[in-house]
Amino acid sequence: MSARQNRKPKTGAFFQRDRDWHAPAFTPGYKTSVLRSPQQALLSLDGTISEITGPVFGHSILGELDNDLIHNFAKPGESAIGERIIVHGRVLDERGLPVRSALLEFWQANAGGRYRHKKESYLAALDPNFGGCGRTITDDEGHYFFRTIRPGAYPWPNGVNDWRPAHIHFSIFGHGFAQRLITQMYFEGDPMIWKCPIVNTIPDRRAIEQLIAPLDWANTIPMDARAYKFDIVLRGRRSTFFENRPEGN
Amino acid sequence: MVQELGYLKETASQTAGPYVHIGLTPNFCGIAGVYEADLGASMVNDKTLGQRITVKGRVIDGAGMPLRDALIEIWQADAAGLYNSPSEMRGAADPNFTGWGRCPTGAEDGVFTFETVKPGRVPFKDGRLMAPHITFWIVARGINIGLHTRMYFPDEAAANAEDPLLARIEHRHRAETLVAAGAAPSYTFDIHLQGEKETVFLDI
Repeated sequence: MSARQNRKPKTGAFFQRDRDWHAPAFTPGYKTSVLRSPQQALLSLDGTISEITGPVFGHSILGELDNDLIHNFAKPGESAIGERIIVHGRVLDERGLPVRSALLEFWQANAGGRYRHKKESYLAALDPNFGGCGRTITDDEGHYFFRTIRPGAYPWPNGVNDWRPAHIHFSIFGHGFAQRLITQMYFEGDPMIWKCPIVNTIPDRRAIEQLIAPLDWANTIPMDARAYKFDIVLRGRRSTFFENRPEGN
Repeated sequence: MVQELGYLKETASQTAGPYVHIGLTPNFCGIAGVYEADLGASMVNDKTLGQRITVKGRVIDGAGMPLRDALIEIWQADAAGLYNSPSEMRGAADPNFTGWGRCPTGAEDGVFTFETVKPGRVPFKDGRLMAPHITFWIVARGINIGLHTRMYFPDEAAANAEDPLLARIEHRHRAETLVAAGAAPSYTFDIHLQGEKETVFLDI
C-alpha cells in the first residue's frame, strides 16, 4: 500500500458532505431502503485523523487484464459478447484537483443484463466469457480507462415492472477514508434512466445528470469501440490555513 | 456579482446493490481467476506487531434480520497508533499491517469477521487522545450512501470515558451502540440500522 509521492501529502479535513445532494437514506420508492435506513440523525463531526487518512493502493496489485472486462474472464483467444466500449475519465476532488492513485473497482451485468452471481435469477443467459469485474488506478492527472461491453438493462423485483437502466457500478478510494464512494454510471440517451426507482432516490436532477456518461465521439476508436467519458468527483480537502496541530497530526 | 468559487459537486452516491461482491470480492462469489485474492481479505501477516484480535458481527435491519448481502470495510491505526496512509504525518506505520480490511457478510448467517490487531490511540484534532477505535463503512442493497460508524472496545472504559467523539453523543445510552461486546481477543460488534438499538452513524 504505498503511493508514489511526488508532492507533500495533503492533510486537511474534507469538505462537509452535501446531504441534500445525495439520496436520503429512506426512499420508499426503492423498497429495500425502508428497513435499511437509519432513522436517527447522523452525528456530524469534522473529520479526524481516522477519516482524513485512508488506504492508498499501488499499481503492483493490478494484473495485466484487470481493466479489460472483455478478456479478463474469457477463455484464451475468446472474448465477451456485446457492444465494445471504452469507459474513461478523471477522478477529481471538489476543488477540481486530480486525485492520483485512486483505486477504481467496477462491476456490471453482461450484454444481456445478467450478473454472474448465485443470487441472480434473471432468465437471460450468462456469457461464459464474461465475469463482470475490473479495476484500475488513476495516473498523476487523475485519468483512468477500461474496456468492457455495454451492459444490458434488466428487470428487478421492486415494483411489478421495474427495470434498471444499463449501468456500471463504481467503487472509488481517494486518499482519505471519508472520501470512500460507491456510485453507478449511466449511458447518455437511455430513456430508462428517468424511470428507475434507484436513480430517482437522488433528489436533485443535476446530481443525476452528473452520473450520465456522454458518448465521447472524439475518443471512439474507429472499427473497434465507442468511448464514454465519466468523470468522478470526490470530496475536496480543506486547506490547512491556521489549524492548531499540537500533536502534529 | 462576485467571483465564482468554482467548486465541483461530489458525485452522488448510489447503492452498492445486491451484487457488490462481483466487483469488490469476486473470489467470494465464485468469480475465480480474475484477481489472485480479494482485496482486503487479509490485514495482518506473521510479522504484524500488536495484540491479535478478532472482530465479528452482523448488520441488522429494522425487522431484526441480519443482512446477508452487505459489505463492510474497516480502517484503523496500527498497534502504535499510526495509520498506514500517505496522509499520516506523525511517523511510519507498521509495514506488516495494512490497517484496512474488507469483508462481505455471510451469505447464510450474515456474519462478518476481521482478523486484525488492537489499534493504538490516535489524537483528536485538539490533541486529546481518542480511545482505541476501528472505523466502519457499510454498504449494501437498500443503503443509498455508505454508512460510517466506529467500534470502540469494551475493555477500555477509562479511555472511552474521555473520548471526544463518544462525548458528543447527546443521548448517553446511544453511545453504547458504538462499544463492542466480548473481551480480548474476541469482540462482537453488531450494527443496527434501525430500532431501539440503532447504531450511531456518523456524518464525518
